[in-house]
Amino acid sequence: MADKITIDGGQAIIKCLEAQGVEYIFGYSGGSVIPIFDAMITTPSNIKFVLVRHEQGATHMADGYARATGKPAVVLVTSGPGATNVITGIMTAHMDSVPMICLTGQSVSWMIGKDAFQEADIFDISMPVVKHSYLLKSSNEIPRTIREAFHIATTGRPGPVLIDIPKDMSAGPMTADLNAEMDIPGYKTHEDDQINQEHILAIAEALATSQKPLFLIGHGVMISGAQDALRALVEKIQVPVTTTLLGKGAFPETHELSLGWLGMHGSAYANKAICDCDLLVNIGSRFDDRILGDPAQFCKQATIVHIDIDPSEIGKMIQPDIYCIGDALKVINALDPHVGALNTEDWLKKLDGWKQRYPLKFKRQGGLKMQHVIDEFYKLSEGEAIVVTDVGQHQMWAGQFYKTDKINRFLSSGGAGTMGFGLPAAIGAQFGCPDDLVICFSGDGGFQMTLFELATAALYKLPIKIVILNNHYLGMVRQWQELFYDDRKSGVDLEGNPDFVKLAESYGIKGFNLRRPGDVKRIVKAALDYNEGPCLINCEVEKTDNVFPMVPAGKPIEDMLIDAPKEGSKKLEKPTGST
Amino acid sequence: MSLVTDLLTFRPLPSDLYLDRMELNMIKKKTIHTLSVYVSNKPGVLARIAQTFSRRGYNIESLVVSTAIDGRFSRMTIGVSGAIEGLGQIIKQVDKLIDVLHCTDHTFDDAVTKEMGLVKISVGSEGRGEALQIAEHFGCKTVDLTDTSIMLQVVGDPAKIDALMGMLQKFRLIEVVRTGKVLMSRGAETT
Repeated sequence: MADKITIDGGQAIIKCLEAQGVEYIFGYSGGSVIPIFDAMITTPSNIKFVLVRHEQGATHMADGYARATGKPAVVLVTSGPGATNVITGIMTAHMDSVPMICLTGQSVSWMIGKDAFQEADIFDISMPVVKHSYLLKSSNEIPRTIREAFHIATTGRPGPVLIDIPKDMSAGPMTADLNAEMDIPGYKTHEDDQINQEHILAIAEALATSQKPLFLIGHGVMISGAQDALRALVEKIQVPVTTTLLGKGAFPETHELSLGWLGMHGSAYANKAICDCDLLVNIGSRFDDRILGDPAQFCKQATIVHIDIDPSEIGKMIQPDIYCIGDALKVINALDPHVGALNTEDWLKKLDGWKQRYPLKFKRQGGLKMQHVIDEFYKLSEGEAIVVTDVGQHQMWAGQFYKTDKINRFLSSGGAGTMGFGLPAAIGAQFGCPDDLVICFSGDGGFQMTLFELATAALYKLPIKIVILNNHYLGMVRQWQELFYDDRKSGVDLEGNPDFVKLAESYGIKGFNLRRPGDVKRIVKAALDYNEGPCLINCEVEKTDNVFPMVPAGKPIEDMLIDAPKEGSKKLEKPTGST
Repeated sequence: MSLVTDLLTFRPLPSDLYLDRMELNMIKKKTIHTLSVYVSNKPGVLARIAQTFSRRGYNIESLVVSTAIDGRFSRMTIGVSGAIEGLGQIIKQVDKLIDVLHCTDHTFDDAVTKEMGLVKISVGSEGRGEALQIAEHFGCKTVDLTDTSIMLQVVGDPAKIDALMGMLQKFRLIEVVRTGKVLMSRGAETT
């Protein structure tokens, strides 16, 4: 009988993470996680550790990694402020159903609740923004907890899971079986649920009798890996498709049946299709307020079908006429045999007319435009890049002008709208997909929220193209102030921006300045050709351009502004919807 | 049988004793939903459930938690008030919590609902007879008796306890402690 090898909690953590196939840990050390950091040295494994510059950066890197690869990464931070710094990143992942495992150090167990140095009650602080969380009570809980955490984070509707680890648990001996069984009898993934055949037949019937059907495709289709089945179904029955911003790529945007993405700044033709269709089939989208406008008015002329793996999404925002709970791929496969080609010729012709009449466009005259830079990157990269955005005007234009044909190729903080997401998420994506071109579009505002991760990008020589679309404003808020608040600019002028190229150079990163429209092609090409690590392109763009089309928050989609209101036209009311 | 009818049937109408008509109408509109939740017996479960309700502006009116036959699990009976629209969705959100095995709304089914209350009233020799008469009518047990006070124990449907409190208003209520309701489905149905 072999002697039982004694390992400590930290070593058990590393062994368990490796057993889960973890490739990267993004983190920041600190007092209460020293045993785990020590175990990374004493326990040989294939896991690579990336030392970030701020804990929020670690969460967005894990997030970007997971969005680009579909696999979870691990965040490892210390207790107290280290733990509270991950909240924004966890919330960002939670809002967009991204799997993530977050390990936080904690004071020794006998000091918890006694205001120990660097103690924060992160188990409770994080509760509203996690899919699930744990506070370890014993080192022997480590194997089971880690196994459960990965299972919960990656199955059903994915999401972040936090494990709070008191220092005595990671330092103390661990004697439990490393392959401990899970014990989560209450967890319902709905992945293997039998698809309700009656509901499927009802959806097939609705499709068969519809004159103007429309598919609304969300992130859920990508999570389920249903993109090929969806495409086959769509081509067979000839139904037009619009996606959400997070669903970009679930159906090829360059496909003739694609209407691009819909919503507040989506294409005019997608929004018009929403207002005119007689059947809306939503697969894997949660009817986010960015696409609804006024929920009471949304698509009320149409029969609404909602397909989702999460039963609590059914009827949350929109009461559907027919719903079906289950994994998107299973539902599509169940539906496929019951539907044949639909006669949608007239409907598609009408949509084509709108595409011709209301294309996404920008003026090439005048100063440098964000759209121009994005469009050039799209053309020169042949649409093949992984595009990561920050949040704001540039995010909407990146969505509009960088078409996405494949899944996991457009990474953006949708639900949370987290400024500062872009750069670290791009770093995570590049770690996950080292052979792919990663382009990060940021504004000057969001970039400065997490710019310290330039160090991480430089250190690992990640060939990311960091494009700062710099208008010296918080442009989206300024746009609202111009349109709805008589152009009273309040708290939006980013006076005091650094020289971004010099800043990049101080990290050893190649920098380009781009000021004139005539230079766009040359500099974009030079940036794409640069391969010695990251490069930063500071684009001095027009200060006061606005994003259109626009559905003012809370207004019915019918009230969409396709273009800027004419000079002297009626003043717009202040929006009633949230942000 | 919904709680709305319970209230109408059992509550002593109008009387100046306990409730005026306006308050009664408010109660009728504000259905208190009774949910039974079967959960893993782990720290944080209650906080997660409470948070799910409070985030959407629902108020927990009563809450009883105890260990189930199988000690790995606990049973909760939750009385919750607030707009009926939206509650169904919150129940689904509670059901979605990893530590929740199921969450069921029993408001509109015929489950057995019971609560216990202790009430201490200020009463001396004068009035004691009447107090004990009321107590007997409601099936109360006298659990403490002094020269100046009586403590009564009452068990029953929450509306019955409300009614008792109404009748006792004519005495000075010193303290009232109620357990909150517990519930069990009848016959073959599971709670």
